[in-house]
Amino acid sequence: MKQLFSNPLALTGFVLISLMLVLALLAPWLAPYDPDAIQVKDILLSPSANHWMGTDGLGRDVWSRMLFGGRISLLVGLVAVGISTAIGIILGAIAGYYRGWVDTVIMRLVDIMLSIPSFFLILAVIAFLSPSITNVMIVIGLTSWMGVTRLVRAEFLSLTQREFVLASAALGARDWRIIFKHCLPNSLTPVLVSVVLGIASAVLLESGLSFLGLGVQAPQASWGNILTDGKEYIQFAWWLSLFPGLAILITVLGYNLLGEGLRELFDPRSTNSR
Amino acid sequence: MSDLILQAHHLVKTYSQHSGTLGLQKTRIRALDDVSLQLKRGTTLAVVGESGSGKSTLARGLMRLLPLDSGQVIFDQQDFLSMDKQALRHARKHIQMVFQDPFASLNPRMRIGEIIAEGLVIHGVGNARQQRDQVMHMLEKVGLKAEDSPKFPHQFSGGQRQRIGIARALILQPKLVICDEPVSALDVSVQAQILLLLKQLQTEMGLSYLFITHDLRVVRHIADEVMVMQKGKVIEQGSVENIYNAPQEIYTQQLLNAIPGHAKRVAIA
Repeated sequence: MKQLFSNPLALTGFVLISLMLVLALLAPWLAPYDPDAIQVKDILLSPSANHWMGTDGLGRDVWSRMLFGGRISLLVGLVAVGISTAIGIILGAIAGYYRGWVDTVIMRLVDIMLSIPSFFLILAVIAFLSPSITNVMIVIGLTSWMGVTRLVRAEFLSLTQREFVLASAALGARDWRIIFKHCLPNSLTPVLVSVVLGIASAVLLESGLSFLGLGVQAPQASWGNILTDGKEYIQFAWWLSLFPGLAILITVLGYNLLGEGLRELFDPRSTNSR
Repeated sequence: MSDLILQAHHLVKTYSQHSGTLGLQKTRIRALDDVSLQLKRGTTLAVVGESGSGKSTLARGLMRLLPLDSGQVIFDQQDFLSMDKQALRHARKHIQMVFQDPFASLNPRMRIGEIIAEGLVIHGVGNARQQRDQVMHMLEKVGLKAEDSPKFPHQFSGGQRQRIGIARALILQPKLVICDEPVSALDVSVQAQILLLLKQLQTEMGLSYLFITHDLRVVRHIADEVMVMQKGKVIEQGSVENIYNAPQEIYTQQLLNAIPGHAKRVAIA
């Protein structure tokens, strides 16, 4: 923890993310208005003391919508990465521990998944399912586990040859004990970096999908669909595009900085392993 | 009861390596080439050879940590290599290993107490309380303190870590311990302490050692019998006195001459 704060990259990222998380968590208390309350007489007001970030085409307070939208965007990021990390760890551990044909099958699956442009895969899947937060989280999770799988597999390949793992095998340990007690705890450091970076891309993906109308559905706010609402008025209501854009930028930047910082801390040699 | 704790007959292990253009050709490397050995109960057999001579492959093959191509291993009158999973798990209680690198052989994320107790936990020996007592007892036996139990491996020196490794191997009270270069990563002064400890534990617990090393200086302190390996083959075998005083093979003589201060004596003799 101390090291984390001595690394300027990691510290900046940590501060930015904490700020976003606190704002999102405290949304119900911080928001001055109901985010979905339509006020026809207050349409497209520019930022003022009453409406910090102005109002949108239906007279809803943008600041309130940003706060609640942040909850959705960050939640989608966390859950999607949670799903992809879980899949990645399980498949990577199986491939790296058992090797042989199991490894071959899993790694070819990874290659196949990586060869498909993920954004279009997600678009196609969402087009068949109904667009909803749950579906977006699941689909992003199911299409971004390949990096973690490769990382965990590589760690397991080298860990299973380490002497402390052999020692445990020599004592008569069962596979699950070696996997969970010896290999997994020692392979999670690089996974942490990839999780943090993964959240950034998941937030970005969700915003993109919502912008295209395939993600979070109105009236529920997310940064992506606030942007969509704003694009019709972009010539005279700049605040509708600027603020959600900034929020996405800061969040993605924060996670990326934290991820890069953590990577520097854990392994000064690595440059880019994703 | 046979007085042989371990017998190995005609062990063979080959590695194949891709080579040549596009890796289409295959080179076969014979890591173990028809290796046989016998170890008497309560004694120490040293396996000596330079790196790449197949010593570590032999150790791992005997432990079934590495599949062998052919051969037979009789451990305590049981065919060790043909045991099924269940029988093997049970037999592993009696045959343990001490590793070379004291920094790689302990899980950095486990406490010392946990590391040493692992064998007891795996085989379900005793309840948590008894296990803790045994760990404390073992820690003291290998020259560490009972208070060291909650510490992590990085808080110890190389020699102390090797003691932890020994404690882990001995907690199940095995009959045979395979020591794979247990002192070659240590300072000379620490080497002597660890050798002394191994020797002392051997008498106390009636252990048999298969002691793998590249250093003939170490052998004289610990071994009863010596087996010299070169390129996967056993080239000379005999008692310590015979090997030291009347080495038959040129390779053995070279190894002996490599010992600092030894060359002169051989030359004079």
